[in-house]
Amino acid sequence: MTRPVFARTESTAASRWHGLDPLTRLVVALGTMIAALLLGGVVCLAALGILAVLLPTAMAHELRPVLRLAVLLALPLGVSAVLINVLFSPGTTSEGAWLAAVVVLRIVIMAGATVLFYRTTIPADLVGSLQHHGLSNRITFVIHNAVAMIPRLAERAREVTAAQRARGFDSEAGLLRRGRGIIALAAPTVLGAVAEVEARTLALETRAFTRPGRVTVLRPPHDSNLQRAGRWSIVVGLVALVIARVTGLLPC
Amino acid sequence: MLNLRAVSYRYAGARRECLHGIDLDLVEGAVTGLVGPAEAGKSSLCLVAGGLAPRVVGGHLSGQVGIDGASVADWPMYRLAEEVTTAVQDPAGQLSLIGQSVAEEVALGPANLGLPRGEIEARTAWALAVTGIEALAERDPLRLSGGQQQLVVLAGLLAMRPRHLVLDEPLAHLDAGGAKVVLDAVRAAADAGAAVLLAEQRTDELARVADTVLLMSAGNIVAGGAPREILSHPTAHALGVAEPAGAALRRRLRAAGFDPDLVEVDA
Repeated sequence: MTRPVFARTESTAASRWHGLDPLTRLVVALGTMIAALLLGGVVCLAALGILAVLLPTAMAHELRPVLRLAVLLALPLGVSAVLINVLFSPGTTSEGAWLAAVVVLRIVIMAGATVLFYRTTIPADLVGSLQHHGLSNRITFVIHNAVAMIPRLAERAREVTAAQRARGFDSEAGLLRRGRGIIALAAPTVLGAVAEVEARTLALETRAFTRPGRVTVLRPPHDSNLQRAGRWSIVVGLVALVIARVTGLLPC
Repeated sequence: MLNLRAVSYRYAGARRECLHGIDLDLVEGAVTGLVGPAEAGKSSLCLVAGGLAPRVVGGHLSGQVGIDGASVADWPMYRLAEEVTTAVQDPAGQLSLIGQSVAEEVALGPANLGLPRGEIEARTAWALAVTGIEALAERDPLRLSGGQQQLVVLAGLLAMRPRHLVLDEPLAHLDAGGAKVVLDAVRAAADAGAAVLLAEQRTDELARVADTVLLMSAGNIVAGGAPREILSHPTAHALGVAEPAGAALRRRLRAAGFDPDLVEVDA
């Protein structure tokens, strides 16, 4: 028997969360971020964090890496938020601390939702899902570039660092010397990324990526009625949340 | 047939044109080689013939680019891509990042054309076989060598079964074995009816596959004809185009007073 050409597309998912349609994971991530902006109180935000970030992360067996990365990403903004709210808040210190907790929680939730999505979504699967659901290839291209660019950028940064080290850049020197070398690292990384996107655009154009109409999806998503209902529930919930926030009916 | 009539082209932001009044016919079933020194305009001509300039890269084009006599100026890129496919120089940059495996990367074009899955699988298997990379089918394209990536890109273009194939230095990252695979694939595409434009510095290899060769200099086509004639032409030498080893041997035999036709050489 001949071996199937697309053997890898039939691979099994690492967890039930990984096995969901990538569009569902995208809607959960975006919905969580928007809800984190709309909700105000610590209790509501904590509930959102548990329900929309911690539970899916545990389901995906990604608790440690996602939390670690989310905290690392949230740290700089979180520290500034604490300093500003505790030291310069017009109310009492406890009010400032409470406000700081809300801001920090919000940032951690948003970072967590983003990291979970990135760690559990293969760009090719996302493209397949968006195409399957009828999204235009131009929009798919933009979303795909945004998702695929981050790991490529990290890889390019590692390559540039290795190249600059070969030219004498000391990446283990003092903070000041490393700071001075940052332009030598950042400039080729960013310029290289821009050039790469341009070359990739040419390659995709020449392979009819922007052709309108249905394309044949090589990686069809594992969608279900339950997931569809879940996605629409999130959208309806967000609309309700916006209305409640605007009309002042939101309890927290 | 892809035709260029009095085509001049200037990149966006450039003051001078890099192509001047180019006339070119890409004939189905034939490989047209393109040689010339650096900055001669070979890559620009590939971009124009492939429809990427000015559609995607910008700039200003005058004259007419047409297929079977009809202008393609108003065609969107996706429509043109069904007729002409182009490979530019950098193989890694041409990988889509969408395909998680070599097979998916090769299948991307046919999938974009909306072909049935069975047809996509058949074309992909054929393209992988023609380029000799069946063993790489499940590998991550980003983890391959430059030469292997070049073959993946070529396989991706062949899988689209284009009527016209434009290749800008496809042998740049390849060793002798890889170059032979590419040349055989190019010849097979031409024999199957495709019109191929092949810009290449490696004249030994070009002489083996091209039916005609065009010599470019400073944005103009200055000579055109049979590979043996053009690649051993004094103008080509003056421009720094490497003479194929076979042609060099013939010239030296002639200079030494021997009849070169008594010796059998490839080019």
